[in-house]
Amino acid sequence: MIDFLKIVAKNRLAAFGGILLLIIITLSILAPILPLKEPNITNTADRFMVPFEGGHILGTDHLGRDLLSRLLWGTQLSLAVGFAAAFIAATFGSILGAIAGFYGQKTDNIIMRFIDMLMAFPYILLALAIVAALGPGLFNALIAVALVNIPFFARNIRGVTVTLANKEFIEAARLSGMSNFRILIVEIFPNLLPMIVIAMSTTVGWMILETAGLSFLGLGSQPPQADLGSMLGEARSALITNPHTSFVPGIMIFCIVMGINLFGDGVRDALDPRLKKGSLIRPLPQTIYEGGDTQPQPSTKLLSVQNLSTQFHVNQDIYQSSNDVSFEIQEGECLGLIGESGSGKSVTALSITSLVASPPGVIKKGSVNYKNQNLLALPYEELRSIRGNKISYIFQDPLTTLHPLHTIGDQLLEALQAHDSELSASESISKSKELLKSVQIPNPDNLWDVYPHQLSGGMRQRVCIAMALINDPELIIADEPTTALDVTVQAQILNILNSLRKERKLSILFISHDFGVISQLCDRVIVMYAGSIVEEGPVKNIMQQAAHPYTSELIKCVPQLGNKEHALYSIPGNPPSLNQLPEGCAFANRCKYKQDQCLKESVPVSSKDNRSYKCFYPVGGVA
Amino acid sequence: MNALEAINLSKTYSATDGFFIKNKKNIRAVNDISFTLKENQTLGIVGESGCGKSTLARMLVGLLEPTSGTINLQDKNINQYQRQELGRVIQYVFQDPLSSLNPRKTIYQSLAAPLKYLHQHDHTQIKEKMLSIMSEVGLKEEFLDRYPHEFSGGQAQRIGIARALLADAKILILDEPVSALDVSIQSQVLNLLNDLKRKFHLSFIVISHDLAVVENISDEIAVMYFGDIVEHNSSQKIFQSPHHPYTELLVGSVPTLNKQFADIQTKHTELPDPANPPSGCSFYSRCNYRSDKCQNNKTPINSAQKTPFVSCFHPL
Amino acid sequence: MNRLLSAIPVVLGITIIVFLIISLIPGDPATAILGSYATPENVAKINKDLGLDKSLPERYLIWLGNIIQGDFGRSFSLNRPVIDEVMERFNATLILSGTAFILCSFLGILVGTISAARQYTLTDKFITFIVLIGISIPSFFLGMMMILTFAVRLKLFPVSGMYAIWGGGDLPDLINHLVMPSIALAIVATGVVARISRNAVLEILRQDYVRTARAKGVKERSILISHVLRVAIVTILPVLGLQAGFVLSGSVYIEIVFQWPGVGRMLVDAILKRDIILVQGGVVFVSICYVFFNIAVDVLQRVLDPRIR
Repeated sequence: MIDFLKIVAKNRLAAFGGILLLIIITLSILAPILPLKEPNITNTADRFMVPFEGGHILGTDHLGRDLLSRLLWGTQLSLAVGFAAAFIAATFGSILGAIAGFYGQKTDNIIMRFIDMLMAFPYILLALAIVAALGPGLFNALIAVALVNIPFFARNIRGVTVTLANKEFIEAARLSGMSNFRILIVEIFPNLLPMIVIAMSTTVGWMILETAGLSFLGLGSQPPQADLGSMLGEARSALITNPHTSFVPGIMIFCIVMGINLFGDGVRDALDPRLKKGSLIRPLPQTIYEGGDTQPQPSTKLLSVQNLSTQFHVNQDIYQSSNDVSFEIQEGECLGLIGESGSGKSVTALSITSLVASPPGVIKKGSVNYKNQNLLALPYEELRSIRGNKISYIFQDPLTTLHPLHTIGDQLLEALQAHDSELSASESISKSKELLKSVQIPNPDNLWDVYPHQLSGGMRQRVCIAMALINDPELIIADEPTTALDVTVQAQILNILNSLRKERKLSILFISHDFGVISQLCDRVIVMYAGSIVEEGPVKNIMQQAAHPYTSELIKCVPQLGNKEHALYSIPGNPPSLNQLPEGCAFANRCKYKQDQCLKESVPVSSKDNRSYKCFYPVGGVA
Repeated sequence: MNALEAINLSKTYSATDGFFIKNKKNIRAVNDISFTLKENQTLGIVGESGCGKSTLARMLVGLLEPTSGTINLQDKNINQYQRQELGRVIQYVFQDPLSSLNPRKTIYQSLAAPLKYLHQHDHTQIKEKMLSIMSEVGLKEEFLDRYPHEFSGGQAQRIGIARALLADAKILILDEPVSALDVSIQSQVLNLLNDLKRKFHLSFIVISHDLAVVENISDEIAVMYFGDIVEHNSSQKIFQSPHHPYTELLVGSVPTLNKQFADIQTKHTELPDPANPPSGCSFYSRCNYRSDKCQNNKTPINSAQKTPFVSCFHPL
Repeated sequence: MNRLLSAIPVVLGITIIVFLIISLIPGDPATAILGSYATPENVAKINKDLGLDKSLPERYLIWLGNIIQGDFGRSFSLNRPVIDEVMERFNATLILSGTAFILCSFLGILVGTISAARQYTLTDKFITFIVLIGISIPSFFLGMMMILTFAVRLKLFPVSGMYAIWGGGDLPDLINHLVMPSIALAIVATGVVARISRNAVLEILRQDYVRTARAKGVKERSILISHVLRVAIVTILPVLGLQAGFVLSGSVYIEIVFQWPGVGRMLVDAILKRDIILVQGGVVFVSICYVFFNIAVDVLQRVLDPRIR
């Protein structure tokens, strides 16, 4: 709770809103003990006094009543009614929504049909019908406003509940012998609470506006009792002659609602798990680069990554995802990049053309030498002409990486036309279809007008491969292209990549967590651990004799099919957090061969022949 | 005594569309399968996405009602168990260890649930039992007051296993128990499972897409394709000498160290439409050994629960 | 077609809810319905009209049958058929809220997208600030301030009404009268749409397919328009459907402030005069129109999103 308030307070706008609200609420609560004039005593002789006239700080209204006093009493009433309506709507709406979402099926159907009916009205018409039936009055207005807002809560909470009810921890609770009702109360409700609070904080303001509106129409509070809405309603007839009587309640409503909205936004930011993950930050078209005008070392290779360091800045923490990484890719080579989750392999691959989401990603230093220019420092337009044209990507999950609302044909054409506007439309289409054939899609015409969701995973990934090839790139970066696929489909995709590679002499940077895949496809391999390259060399040599203890252990961990007696091997412990990397070797705490030196000193890279490794005490007699 | 027996188990989901004119479709998920899990044994079930293995798993623990067929647990029909009673006989270890823990509850609260509701233990009994199981699965006592997000995948999976053990059930269904884990962590959990099985006399059904994992941990293995069990054999033999063309394709597709590309036929890759299953062998369209007989005739099913079994007219 | 059929239960539901609410009026229904018009003749007439001797379901079916034939009853305060009055008034409401709705949709999406595409710049902060004021100010207060400033002080626009009393009635006259109320009405909805658009665009910008488009080397401007906005509109459409309801609701206040001769003003007058038949008819008629509007939105949604076709 205290943490939560701290987060809200850190947001200056929310703090301002909260303080504004607090002042207004305090003043309105204190109305009975403040030295105010009676709010309802009329004195027509003093009517329409301007502020500070005759001891009335805010003046008087058309019946000569003290505006300040009426304002504070009216505020009290408006706040009470607004909050009460919000509370009632939230309670009933949440209960209905939670029950519908949790029990599902018939219960859900009946409740939600009813909610849909209520939502089919423009809300004020329903409110008007209710007030018409019950008669004008503040309490009836409260009921009307609460009732028309129930659907909002019911729908929201139902949605969240359905998601929760399908979570595995609910099934786990069921298997633990808990009854459905208990699960709803004990397991689901605590997870709903933040959502209910968010929904309330975003609607209280709205409900105060609505009740004020009904009063403004004369359907809410009845004279002489006045809330802010009816004060404004009464003042309307004197708008032109005595505008201050309108200003006073109008500005108060505005302040209350603004305060609630600002504070509510702060509450939402603090509670909503999606926002914590930064899902509402726009990633820039190219990653922020802080390396200045670093000149890359000259290189004869196709691409040379030099001392690349990419970080993520999340709140106060710095995650060192890629740490002083250097490697080269030769023409026509298939270079494997292997590592476990969090090893920084994908970040490294995305950094090459500045595709790391930024913020929060930052390329701290280093350079990528492509044709003697530093890709990381290129102006956007020049970088764009390389992306997808000279260097293209194949990503992991072809369902999320293809655009859901464009046809396959359009997406292929777009890739082509982004770089080659000379080609005629028919040439572009025939070139694209030709490529689809080369990734073993037998009838490209059938596929052309189809949307990604209508295809299987394997077909989608073929489309992605065709799209990557369409501008005859010099390098393809494949980021775990088969991880999301079934094993038989994976085999097909790997076959396609392998034969394309031979036919077209492609250079590929192939990222994977699977040593089996890498060993089949790649010539050389780079092994990453906790953001650093720990070993590099020809696949065959490394498989036979790894130099770094991590590589050698990792190879032992790979299960072998058809050899049941092969003992299961594992590496004890867990990799370090990328925001708390140790001083020495990152693998030291899991390493069998560690010495004091490993814990204290940073490890230099040793090279021998065509291999290199980052270890003081390499294994397998490589040194 | 058999730990678990599934007899002619089927599940079809029905989907409707349209408001007034209803088009009812039956989506086939599991199709007439039978198998037995003997006590202190591990049965592995492998298959790719869409083969019905998760549906099967959820039916076995009573989270899902079968459309037809029988499940017997320790020689007693699953329908004759009360919810609490069932939880003391069979438990489930989930694929995603983190999402199987309530994010707003401490580990203590999550682990106490089976003891509280299945065994009506009081506070001191709970604590005592919990600590002994936690040391068995390699968890520290101080973890009890922490929340799920503070754990790595491997630790969270240990917590999930501990919860299943605390229910004191002898049959565990392990649904992709290590697929969310890195390969260097996977074996830690697999070895733990093997140890626990011996120590507590457990019987496992392990469901996975990873042939090597299943081969390693199981005594017998059943291969599923499109809702059918296409082959069932001992784990020593099934992948070394596959009899069903699909098993052969699976084995050939697994990338392993020091292996060159197998030349895999890629003429058809798609599964049949589950709303419109083929009349003959479901693997027909992808099979290299097919004959006319396969197209229209139902392939055999293993009602007699024999091993080895292969559902093919032309076994290899 | 199926969509149109699905409107039937909703429309039925609406009529039932309205009918029930009205029937639940405590006390003698005829007197309650007639309010200050409860002369003995009228009471007798309405008792006969409503068949109050009959049971509730029977009364409902009779009432429903009449509605289907276009007979919404007769207003006692105006002494004319409800449907005639409502149609006339609804026309005016439609002009006002239609304009405001179009205004808020375009402006809201435009402003929200610009704000997202320029996140954390001065433009973004300025827009966010204006939007905050927009969603916090009561539309009726805003309307009053606009009258004071633009009509009374600056004399740019007429104070109120739909047409000038003398020599008005043509289109320029209508537009001249329409400017202030439609803007006052649109402001709140614009703020809401802009906020939602901004969030939708920001969320979509983080999707994998946007990264794919960037990796393909597609220009940022086309990414924003053909990738991001395309999806954003699909997400915002249902919100627009809801906003139409809010605009329609808000028009009640605006009609009062600007003396616009629409349904809203009619309903408020009817409630204050307790002319229940008129309220009942007006509410049912407008709600049914709103149902069909939402079906149109739904159909559009299906056209734009191949995943739910």
